[in-house]
Amino acid sequence: MSQQKLSIRLNCPLPKLDFDVITLGHGSGGVLTHRLLDTGVFNVLKNDLLNEQHDGAVLNFNGPVAFTTDSYVITPIFFPGGNIGELAVNGSVNDLAMCGAIPQYLSLSFILEEGLRMDEFWEVLLGIKKASEEAGVPIVTGDTKVVDKGKGDKVFINTTGLGRLHPKANIHANRVKPGDKILVSGPVAQHGVAILSVRQGLEFETTITSDTKPLHQPVLKLLDALGEDVKFLRDPTRGGVATVLNELATQSGHGVEIIQKEIPISEQVEGACEMLGLDPLYVANEGIFLAIVSESKAAPALHILRNFDPLASIIGEVTHDHPRQVLQHSRIGGRRIVSMLPGEQLPRIC
Amino acid sequence: MKYLSEYRDAALAQELLKEIKAIVTKPWTLMEVCGGQTHSLVKNGILKMLPEQITMVHGPGCPVCVTPIHIIDEAIELSQKPHMIMCSFGDMLRVPGTKISLLEAKANGADVRIVYSPLEAVKIAQENPDREVVFFAVGFETTAPANALSVVQAAKQNVKNYSILASHVLVPPAMEAILSDPETTVNAFLAAGHVCTIMGYNEYDPIAEKYKVPIVVTGFEPIDLLQGIYMAVKQLENGEAKVENQYIRYVQREGNIRAQQTIDEVFAVSDREWRGIGTIPKSGWEVNEAYRKFDARRKFNLVEEISEDNTTCIAGEIMKGKKKPFDCPHFGKDCTPERPLGSPMVSSEGACAAYYHFSQAEALPS
Repeated sequence: MSQQKLSIRLNCPLPKLDFDVITLGHGSGGVLTHRLLDTGVFNVLKNDLLNEQHDGAVLNFNGPVAFTTDSYVITPIFFPGGNIGELAVNGSVNDLAMCGAIPQYLSLSFILEEGLRMDEFWEVLLGIKKASEEAGVPIVTGDTKVVDKGKGDKVFINTTGLGRLHPKANIHANRVKPGDKILVSGPVAQHGVAILSVRQGLEFETTITSDTKPLHQPVLKLLDALGEDVKFLRDPTRGGVATVLNELATQSGHGVEIIQKEIPISEQVEGACEMLGLDPLYVANEGIFLAIVSESKAAPALHILRNFDPLASIIGEVTHDHPRQVLQHSRIGGRRIVSMLPGEQLPRIC
Repeated sequence: MKYLSEYRDAALAQELLKEIKAIVTKPWTLMEVCGGQTHSLVKNGILKMLPEQITMVHGPGCPVCVTPIHIIDEAIELSQKPHMIMCSFGDMLRVPGTKISLLEAKANGADVRIVYSPLEAVKIAQENPDREVVFFAVGFETTAPANALSVVQAAKQNVKNYSILASHVLVPPAMEAILSDPETTVNAFLAAGHVCTIMGYNEYDPIAEKYKVPIVVTGFEPIDLLQGIYMAVKQLENGEAKVENQYIRYVQREGNIRAQQTIDEVFAVSDREWRGIGTIPKSGWEVNEAYRKFDARRKFNLVEEISEDNTTCIAGEIMKGKKKPFDCPHFGKDCTPERPLGSPMVSSEGACAAYYHFSQAEALPS
């Protein structure tokens, strides 16, 4: 993807504002706040519910609703393939999708650090607009606060999402049974490596971009076609695939076995992980998910996922053996336990 | 991936295993020197694939594990000085000092940064002329050239706010220390491929001859390790004890001369304490007189103390191959990778951390 600014790609230049940077006044609730919201947030993200400009949005629901919230504090806020705004929208959209829900509404809260450049704020806002439109999920309510310089890290974002449950969804770890197959919807470890490639002190040249994207379309297609045979869904963000599989093993009480050579990974990402001394299984993703489906429905599930990403793959299965543990069959035929990460994944010395 | 996938080939691995099984007739204990090799043996599940006559014991070649606790304390003390930026390789951060780790010092407000190269630390020093930048220069012969180069560059560019806290250790004296222990069980060594990339392997000939042990310079990929094990076992079965080179694609007998010159420019050989093992004569490098201005220890008047380590940790016996992590009463109970009591449980290259995962696999039905 081009690294050109979103505002240029969308032909959407920053409107004329009184200040070049965010000031404490923009969070005061007074004139500056209103100007920022009117020319910025409301104008960019406009929709009927948001246009009400009320303290909250009034929504209609019938039946079960999924409800999720997440905060985004990523450094740097701009990275190859996206920015914190896109991440904040896609993240909550995906959390809803993993519940088996159809994402419908998002809230959006900014905590801005005094001194944040207005053009950077604009880029983030356009990222939110783009992601919200691509996902088809409107922002219907929100908040903006400004903290003193040094008390934040440019911009923190919280989004909360609501979505109607898919009528055929029945996603619970305790429905997972030995024999069920584990599918991954695309190549692993892209997001984490893309972030590392631009983090201060670690910059290295690469064309790897974050995989951030909404995942509800493939999820809903799976649920339409396979219903209750889709038993568990999870997007392996922080902690990566290894962490999700460990959570699955713990929550279901069964064993998990994966086959290393079936796990899709791009050559570039694998090379970067080798160089940095990181295990790709623990690296964060923002645009793939793991699905556990009945053994008999693994083939049609894979077919559906491959319509969205040709690298989707069946990477393993749930087992009776070694309950609550994740085992990997290595490429050369050995086996090892894939454990939970004890704290941060730290690069090795040599 | 080119130059990697070839060395992870399943069919070739099975072939080598078959050959190892075909020649082994007696029980042998092999020590892989380097923590990177330990990590690879465990990660690829190789330990469980080997015939039962072959026991791998895990050597002292994990830089995180052998750095004495008082040097960790020095790094933490330095990091807490005002205007200080402490730069370090990632996995030194979690190693517990006497009271806290660098990671905890960071949480308490110290400016501790992970870098991948000491040259990045020099750059940080140039970008922050009003602050002091110290690079925590640990490691074996492998990391020494880059650490030395950072000092040379800082001197050339007149970067006065850069210094290194050196804790360099050398492999051959440690191998001798292990072999001269009357209780040693080690029959052969897999020497550390990357160390030999720098230093070559001339210095191993006298060791192989004196102690009658085969030494095979070995790489890190599964095929490298299996081939190294095969070569060592073949020597043992034939009653030979010579130095061989498995890692021919990187290692030459004389090593990397330019790298060695850079090391000699900046460092001088010194006695060095190894965590859990004790002081081994002439087993380390410290910053020499010519570059004393870049020695953090002298610059900040640090007084080197004798470590008072956690006496419950049997790291020394583990790193000498005398005991296995299972033999420790604390293993997996009050000592885990999340809350390590001693250094071998910290790094993924440490024998205890590796076994912490392996021990769980051991309990599995095959």
